Amino acid sequence: MAQAAIELIGINKSFGAVRANRDINLQVARGTIHGIVGENGAGKSTLMSILYGFYQADSGEIHVGGKPASIHTSNDAIALGIGMVHQHFMLVDNFTVLENIILGAETDALLKSSIAKARSELDRLEREYGLEVDPDAVIEELPVGLQQRVEILKALYRGAEILILDEPTGVLTPAEADHLFRILKQLKEQGKTIVLITHKLREIMAITDTVSVMRQGTMVATRVTKETTVGELAELMVGRRVLLRVEKGESEAGAIKLSVKNLTVKDSRGVTMVDNVSFDVRGGEIVGIAGVAGNGQSELLEAISGIRHAVSGEVTLDGKPIDLTGKADPGELRDRGLAHVPEDRHHVGLVLAFEENENSILGYHDDERYLKGPFLNVDAIMADAKEKIEKYDIRPGNPRLRTANFSGGNQQKIVLAREMEQDPGVLIVGQPTRGVDVGAIEFIHKRLIAMRDQGKAVLVVSVELDEIRSLSDRILVMFAGRVVGERGPDATEGELGLLMAGVEHQEAAQ
Amino acid sequence: MDTFNAIIQVLDSTIRLSVPLLLACLAGLYSERAGIFDIGLEGKMLVGAFAGASAAAVFHSALIGLGMAILISVAFALVHGFASITHRGNQIVSGVAINFIAAGSTIILGQAWFQQGGRTPALQPGERFEAINWPGADAMRDVPIIGPIYDELISGHSILVYFAFAMVPITWWVLFRTRFGLRLRAVGENPAAVDTAGISVAWLRYRALICTGILTGVAGAYLSMVQNGGFVKDMTAGKGYIALAALIFAKWKPVNAMFACLLFGFLDAAAIRLQGSPLPIIGKVPVQFMQALPYVLTVILLAGFIGKAIPPRAGGVPYVKER
Repeated sequence: MAQAAIELIGINKSFGAVRANRDINLQVARGTIHGIVGENGAGKSTLMSILYGFYQADSGEIHVGGKPASIHTSNDAIALGIGMVHQHFMLVDNFTVLENIILGAETDALLKSSIAKARSELDRLEREYGLEVDPDAVIEELPVGLQQRVEILKALYRGAEILILDEPTGVLTPAEADHLFRILKQLKEQGKTIVLITHKLREIMAITDTVSVMRQGTMVATRVTKETTVGELAELMVGRRVLLRVEKGESEAGAIKLSVKNLTVKDSRGVTMVDNVSFDVRGGEIVGIAGVAGNGQSELLEAISGIRHAVSGEVTLDGKPIDLTGKADPGELRDRGLAHVPEDRHHVGLVLAFEENENSILGYHDDERYLKGPFLNVDAIMADAKEKIEKYDIRPGNPRLRTANFSGGNQQKIVLAREMEQDPGVLIVGQPTRGVDVGAIEFIHKRLIAMRDQGKAVLVVSVELDEIRSLSDRILVMFAGRVVGERGPDATEGELGLLMAGVEHQEAAQ
Repeated sequence: MDTFNAIIQVLDSTIRLSVPLLLACLAGLYSERAGIFDIGLEGKMLVGAFAGASAAAVFHSALIGLGMAILISVAFALVHGFASITHRGNQIVSGVAINFIAAGSTIILGQAWFQQGGRTPALQPGERFEAINWPGADAMRDVPIIGPIYDELISGHSILVYFAFAMVPITWWVLFRTRFGLRLRAVGENPAAVDTAGISVAWLRYRALICTGILTGVAGAYLSMVQNGGFVKDMTAGKGYIALAALIFAKWKPVNAMFACLLFGFLDAAAIRLQGSPLPIIGKVPVQFMQALPYVLTVILLAGFIGKAIPPRAGGVPYVKER
């Protein structure tokens, strides 16, 4: 094994009663790409923040380049050649690329020489690594992929030999992610050491040389990537076998519960986002809507759930018409048995500042069960919240905790529990497992299938093709606002991919 | 020629009246650009005015007065920093508290020390900043047009007036051409970016507040030692708030700030000048209406007639390292 670029020995870190890192040992060889995987909250980011000097370890040693290092601030880490690309970019949005690059690394009190130096240095980095970016562009006008490139350049400009990337592909499109991986491989060839934190196992397999798995604050295993499998890693992450594909029986489709005919929806700019879409969802089946993000799925969901007004279309719920062009409101739809798990739980599904128990009844708070006269019945609400916590394994199981303090997966479970436990006839779910870790994905999928088996109509919209294929009994593909095809659950990825790219659609039109 | 002279006189008082606004506005610019809302400009000006006039009267020196004004004003700025940076308190509450403390303490201390009903003793020549007459101002006076402009508008102001206007390009230069300015702007937009770059967010914001304190101190000294010959209770009369309005109107830019303050100063000067004299077409306008104009303008401007004013993004939010 080559000399270790970084060695962490016996790192411990607690936040109050929570032990975020327990006795962590880690070695990363120079000139390799090392992946760190783990569920949300496993302690990956904390560990890297300790390495970058953002937090102090309670105990333990850090060796950089074979020598013991004491890292108290980010400055110490930078001086040791450690650079970090944060999950949420640490860029000043209305500054230019150059200004962001020199911030904190200025040569003297006046900016002129710093800017000149940065300009020529950027030029060199651009030639060496192919990291092209306009130095005078303002950050907020750059696409996310380029903003991330600025973060990488920032680290390289400070002389980073070791680059830590925290969930770098979370905000990228697949094409941007591929580009990022090419850059990382190139950096590796130039002798840089790269640590990649992610919970996407596919990325680990695609790019890393070695991989470490973290679970609940401990380092459970380190493997050579070529000698392991996605299944093994998933199992190590969760601590038990994970069903990557949920098992489910044949669907027994019943009567039509939700019928959509010729629905057209425009967005706020007046652009037609949903164009004359028709479909039915029967009781006892899951209908999945696949598509590349931005092809009208969001608007379709918003219209059916009464958040966005439709331009035209006939929609019936349990055979009775609902007017989505203006009269329906989400509350009315809810009363008629249509439950909705929105795509964006932070903005639409939850009030993050509320306690868990408040969010677990939000929207149903007018229900008699939760009222005592004109007042909320706190005892009933708490009992109800505890029941949901138990049933949906929401962690930590404290209904008084602020919702913002739950992890993404558990927040999603709070919304799912709220909507599913109302026993709706029709359940509409947007991106059921976005930002949710492997263990919770399995759980959520199982609950959705259980709903189906109880004879409910379930409509799922997801940009994750795997998810659509594993859940759905019928798959509708949306492209440019239209439903361009319907397939069974056995449709291949390639076949659906072509439909999602609009290929067949265009051929048919010609 | 009478009209011309009248215009020159209005412009002259425009300059005089806009100076405290300009100093306070630039003061606010430093703190707000660093992400600290400072509604306490008014209070800091007031304590500056009081400390300046008191020290000048006691020590018989304008310079000691100015030094004291700056010192006390900076001390108040640091209190604001202690509450809102170190202890992450609400910046508005802290600012309002400073205004109340300033209004109350200046009256109480003034009465206790000087027994003149909250006033400080009238300042003698030598205890005030005198007007500086530029070379040749007297000789130029009779040259048409240029003469009065040179004599009235350019020459014949106190050193603090020239300081205020010099601070406009200096502030611009500091903000956009120095390392301190780059970091100051960055910390007001995204303190986490500054923190991860290895720079102390708190120390940077404290330094910004010290700049604010210095400028509000000078603004206060101008009020009590130039515009007036001593301190009078509540003499800032809302100028700190008008300065905040001007700052928003100026979109947090130094040169814009100057023009915004000149505009407010001009309205003030015009209101004074037009008191009692009938306007063409409209006729006689009540004094109160003219005096209300700057405030009416403030409301109109802030109600969105200035286009989109985007404040520094981290403004008003205490910086907490996220977990």
